[in-house]
Amino acid sequence: MRPLTEDESKLVFTKLANYIGKNLVHLIDRPDEVYCFRLHKDRVYYVPERAMRLAASVARPNLISLGTCFGKFSKSGKFKLHITALDYLAQYAKYKVWIKPNGEMPFLYGNHVVKAHLGRITEDTPEHQGVVVFSMNDTPLGFGVTARSTLDTRKLDPTAIIVFHQADVGEYLRDEETLF
Amino acid sequence: MGRRAKNKQGPPQPFVGLRDATAKHSGNATVQKTGKASAAKRKLGALDDTESITKGRAKKFKHEQPQKKNQSGSGITHENENEDSSDSESEHNALDKEFKATPLHSSKKDLFEAESSEGSSSHSEDLTDQFGHKVQTLDLSDSEDQASHDDDIQNETLSESSGSEDDIVTARNMEKRSGALDRQARREQEEDFEETMQSMQKDQEGSEMMDVDVDIEGFRLPTAAEREEESRNGGTDLATIQRRIRGCTRVLNRFSKLAEPGRSRSEYVSQIIADIAYNYGYNEFLTERLFQLFNVNEAIEFFEANETPRPVTIRANTLRTRRRDLAQALVNRGVNLEPIGKWSKEGLQVFESSVPIGATPEYLAGHYMLQAASSFLPVIALDPKPNERILDMASAPGGKTTYISAMMQNTGVVFANDATKARTKSLSANVHRLGCKNVIVCNYDGREFPKVLGGFDRVLLDAPCSGTGVISKDPSVKINKSERDFTLLSHLQKQLILCAIDSVDPKKASVVVYSTCSVMPEENEAVVAYALRKRSHVKIVPSGLEFGKEGLSNFRGKHFGDSLKLARRFYPHVHNMDGFFVAKLLVERRQKMETATEGSHPTELAGFIDDEHGELLDASRGALTFDAEEDARYMEAERRKRLKAKGYRVRPQKSVDTVV
Repeated sequence: MRPLTEDESKLVFTKLANYIGKNLVHLIDRPDEVYCFRLHKDRVYYVPERAMRLAASVARPNLISLGTCFGKFSKSGKFKLHITALDYLAQYAKYKVWIKPNGEMPFLYGNHVVKAHLGRITEDTPEHQGVVVFSMNDTPLGFGVTARSTLDTRKLDPTAIIVFHQADVGEYLRDEETLF
Repeated sequence: MGRRAKNKQGPPQPFVGLRDATAKHSGNATVQKTGKASAAKRKLGALDDTESITKGRAKKFKHEQPQKKNQSGSGITHENENEDSSDSESEHNALDKEFKATPLHSSKKDLFEAESSEGSSSHSEDLTDQFGHKVQTLDLSDSEDQASHDDDIQNETLSESSGSEDDIVTARNMEKRSGALDRQARREQEEDFEETMQSMQKDQEGSEMMDVDVDIEGFRLPTAAEREEESRNGGTDLATIQRRIRGCTRVLNRFSKLAEPGRSRSEYVSQIIADIAYNYGYNEFLTERLFQLFNVNEAIEFFEANETPRPVTIRANTLRTRRRDLAQALVNRGVNLEPIGKWSKEGLQVFESSVPIGATPEYLAGHYMLQAASSFLPVIALDPKPNERILDMASAPGGKTTYISAMMQNTGVVFANDATKARTKSLSANVHRLGCKNVIVCNYDGREFPKVLGGFDRVLLDAPCSGTGVISKDPSVKINKSERDFTLLSHLQKQLILCAIDSVDPKKASVVVYSTCSVMPEENEAVVAYALRKRSHVKIVPSGLEFGKEGLSNFRGKHFGDSLKLARRFYPHVHNMDGFFVAKLLVERRQKMETATEGSHPTELAGFIDDEHGELLDASRGALTFDAEEDARYMEAERRKRLKAKGYRVRPQKSVDTVV
């Protein structure tokens, strides 16, 4: 467990900024408690400083996770956000997509969001923008990247993809072995 | 909400429900009758009246229930029974005195006399055991008689009350009418009570009679030779064995009367244990252990309950949703559920579901956790508060850990430990799915714990156990447990509980909760008693669970101490949840060393010199002398060790001075 290096934090923050934009500062300047990012076994954890200090007494091979896992660095040095970061992404998301009840299960099985399943979408969402996917009753289900801007979606046919799937809560079941 | 209400079924207590239903039913009957007898104008008022009456009756039923249970539980003796009926008779007479309808009164009395005499006669026959059929048929005809009789009485009262005043309700006769209705209701209620009493009694007798009919006449305990013969032939058919179990149960319940002459109780016990083992597929060792825990009837119930699965329960995750919203969302998906009970604000019991309950979008979004009802209990006993430091020593797959985290509202720190690395994956997945941000997951053997980190405010130890409480979930326990497993497990549990106690903050009073999903005393009470013995600053406190059976204070010659009654046991056949044990220990603040210096050590030493080796020591004294200075060092070290073991806090710097 160690703090992130300059390069690593840059990678993490640019990735996060893709979803939550300027709200990123709320993750770092919190009114309640001091939080910090820590790297442990290639994974980035976001954890209160008090808990982090306690976790420091756990030996490296024995520490499995602490606080919230945001994602991991791949072998090639890229940062990949995990579904476990959804809580914070959903809280601070700038652009959101809501899907209809009949689209919930297809999305949770790892499919892209098609136009027929689109319930609502934040206005003026640009193309290739990170968005958080919600169900119609405001439960966060996952996140992805828009394929088209809001304006362009109007004239698409119902089977066209609106949001490319990146992560969904179904991964808790599907990828339990690899995710943690 | 409407849909939910429609889907809702009666609570899973068939007995009470049945009785309520009968009460309601008879209430309806009264409504109909009064409706027929009275004019249309009166109908409305009467309806209201009867409604209130039925309510009142239901209330009274609830009131009377414990009394009944007591009687049925303690095995009704004949004198008791007669007394009771005569009691209610006199009560009844007193009631009726104000109501001077003489013909009714006399008929009533007749009825009761008939009843009581019938009761006594049936009992006297019960003693002889052979006229089973006769008694049953007699009872049946009698109850029919009684029913017709009842009708007569009702008609009489109705005709009387309505006939006298020409069916018109006036202000003058209103009170009288309602009074009459009240009295009638009261009477019916008492009759109902009598009836249920009788039917219960009949049921009991009936079941015994059944045994008599089917089993006892043909039941004879096989001799040792016959048993050997049977085992050589590879056992008999299940029907025979089940019949033999019933026969043995009956004999063991009333051994002095029913046993064959010359056969000992242990022969019957060994036979029934062998039969249970064969019938339910246990190994004989485990059967015997479990059988010893209960009396015969309860043991059979226990084995029977292990064959049926426990209800599926879920816990609403208060970090993400509320129970009401969750229930609504799940009902919309076609799940039929109900709150688990008064003791939990988060639990829901699932009756049936058209979708897989472990893969709904709500589940994936972390709105609830699939969790057995029994695993709520240790966390409720632990009672975590916000901003504390809590350790869950054996936590996978995280049901209890996430519950703790939810109770702390994501503040403070929870250490979730598990010894198996593979299981920490699912633990970590559940922690993240339910949005618990204050959890640190680690993978240690629990016994390493005060060394890794101490100073916890509360420690939950849900110890690894034999799983004899969850046989319905994991039937492999039936055959794969042996004496050695129990010894090893209880040894491990004793080590773990001491580690748990040592991991708490020594500067203040803290809580340790010990729980297992086993029903064996050597994994539960014995372990807690061991901890109490080893750590003098620990005591057991009430767990804050208002139901469950008391822990055992002694078991088969082992005494665990009366304080163990504060622990709680849960059984599948009693509480319809997994067999479980919960004990809440309060670890007091450790005392300062000064208060603990005792003078016992010098006297012990003196005793050693004075004993039979004294001479020898004296003889060699010339060569062997005592170096007081050196001795003092060893004595001091020894004393510190002893105090530490007793749980006192010993200053470290002093030891450095003296020992080095």
